[in-house]
Amino acid sequence: MSTQAVPRAAATASRRVAAGSREVSDESRPALGFLAPFLLLYLLFVIGPALYGLLMSFFHTSLVKPGLGGFAGLANYTQALRSADFWSSLWHTLWFTILTTPPLVVLALAFALLAERVGFGRWFFRFAFFAPYILPSAVVALIWLWLYTPGLGLFDTVLGKVGLTAPNWLGSENFAMVSLAITTVWWTLGFNFVLYLAGLQDIPRDLYEAAAIDGATPWQQIKTITVPLLGRTTTLVAVLQVIASLKVFDQMYLITLGGPNFKTRSILELVYDEGFTNYRTGYAAAISMLFFVVVLAVSAGWFLLVRRQEREV
Amino acid sequence: MASVTLAPARAGAAGVTVAQLKWRTSLFNRICVGVLIACALLWLVPLAWAADTALKPNAETTKTTWLIHDPTFGAFTNALRNTDMLKWYGASFITSALAAAFTVVTGSLAAYALSRMRFRFKNWVFWFILAGIMIPGQVLIVPQFREFGSVHLLNTFYAVFLPQVPTAVAVFVFKQFFDGLPKDLDEAARIDGASSLRVYRQVIMPLSRPAVAAVVIFTFVTTWNNLLWPLLVLTNPNLMTIPVGLATVQGAFGIRYADTMATAILGALPLIAVFLLFQRNIVEGIAGTGLKG
Repeated sequence: MSTQAVPRAAATASRRVAAGSREVSDESRPALGFLAPFLLLYLLFVIGPALYGLLMSFFHTSLVKPGLGGFAGLANYTQALRSADFWSSLWHTLWFTILTTPPLVVLALAFALLAERVGFGRWFFRFAFFAPYILPSAVVALIWLWLYTPGLGLFDTVLGKVGLTAPNWLGSENFAMVSLAITTVWWTLGFNFVLYLAGLQDIPRDLYEAAAIDGATPWQQIKTITVPLLGRTTTLVAVLQVIASLKVFDQMYLITLGGPNFKTRSILELVYDEGFTNYRTGYAAAISMLFFVVVLAVSAGWFLLVRRQEREV
Repeated sequence: MASVTLAPARAGAAGVTVAQLKWRTSLFNRICVGVLIACALLWLVPLAWAADTALKPNAETTKTTWLIHDPTFGAFTNALRNTDMLKWYGASFITSALAAAFTVVTGSLAAYALSRMRFRFKNWVFWFILAGIMIPGQVLIVPQFREFGSVHLLNTFYAVFLPQVPTAVAVFVFKQFFDGLPKDLDEAARIDGASSLRVYRQVIMPLSRPAVAAVVIFTFVTTWNNLLWPLLVLTNPNLMTIPVGLATVQGAFGIRYADTMATAILGALPLIAVFLLFQRNIVEGIAGTGLKG
């Protein structure tokens, strides 16, 4: 939604310029003074590093040697694209995104719909669902490592009491990613929940009243009014979620260390391993750039989707 | 279905149908309440279990029961004694506060220029800053690390908080908010001869407290929780922030689960406090200024 707001804001800005011809003075110099502190830091810590990273990706840059190192051409990129590690960690990242996005969108929507209907204890529900979101990942990791502890952990014991055998939460090559996904759903659901609550407030009350007068059951109201009108919120939530999931690092680094047998190593963890464990910063920069392309493609897809939705409305 | 639709029109005769509808709605609402409370309680289990474990003596933690025979704060004293938790609090607080302060000042100044001033290339500057939103911070860590290394600023607080400051989102939050403030106010001040800086400081900023609150809280919490970047730049144990410290302590307590959970809870407490104090600002920040604009 931020992208659609921008042209609107830009339009108001230019209109104001036209309307304000009373004062013709050009404020370029004071404006530069206002912009300078931000722009300086922005160039130093965002644009500069981005360009430097792009440059580095074409060199055999090493963490432990000064300078860029020898020119590599596209060697870093071809090596990444041919490396099994790159593709497997890209797949792990996608698999994690597939496992986390649907529950994080659907459950957040369901909880928000329920909370909206219930109408009391708003404070309590917000606390329950949102509090985990503001916890540091390290705290989440400590708590969930304890919950997942084989034999002694709460989950194993509870499942044991019901007579079920608990899966090997973090030790199994196939199940470890599912466990990380469960932890992540618990941790980050609150953010989407709050976005949906905000979206729900934008739906005019009288729509429900009109529907109720027409005899629509609550379920029909949800199906035919609420969910369709939340379409744009859902697009926003889903895309932000996909991007957040693609950027996963903390959970793997803290809970499984990418294991067992590298089966949960995400793309950012590969960047970390190559750049800071193997000292191959040039190669790590090339992997970062490939990752950037993926994120950019997702963002572009979102932009097109939003534009199409706007045209339909 | 058809009879239900007509119900309100035939008020007298259709009383039953209306009553039925009401009954169904209230049943539906009751089911909603039940499901939601159950889910909320389920969501609280991990935190409650961590607190429960932390209050047990270490020997009792393996019994896996919510009952505590002998509650004790011993684990918390152990955690404080065996880790540098207090130093980590200090480091986290200093870096997060600095990041928040710098972000508010630089972001709001830039937003003021974009919202209230006329200058050439304004739209270009705007789009240039917008582009920053697209660049994931994680892509920048490798070059940023070299950047700080080359000026010998690794293992300093500067390295931790400076890269957090230029967030395009903060500029947009402020710009959006400033755009919503009536122009008459600053024009009146203008006529009285106030400079741009005075209008910014004495008219615009005092009116923008919700935006300031949202940006401060968000920058503070993200900086506080950031793991990857401080993990790379801080190797000096005296400077470690809470997440970095907790990551190094992981496993240090072995099977002393109560001590581990006490450490986790101590790490979580400041943020739980921030949440309880600023719940409305946080929620409104996400819902309103933060992402819609």
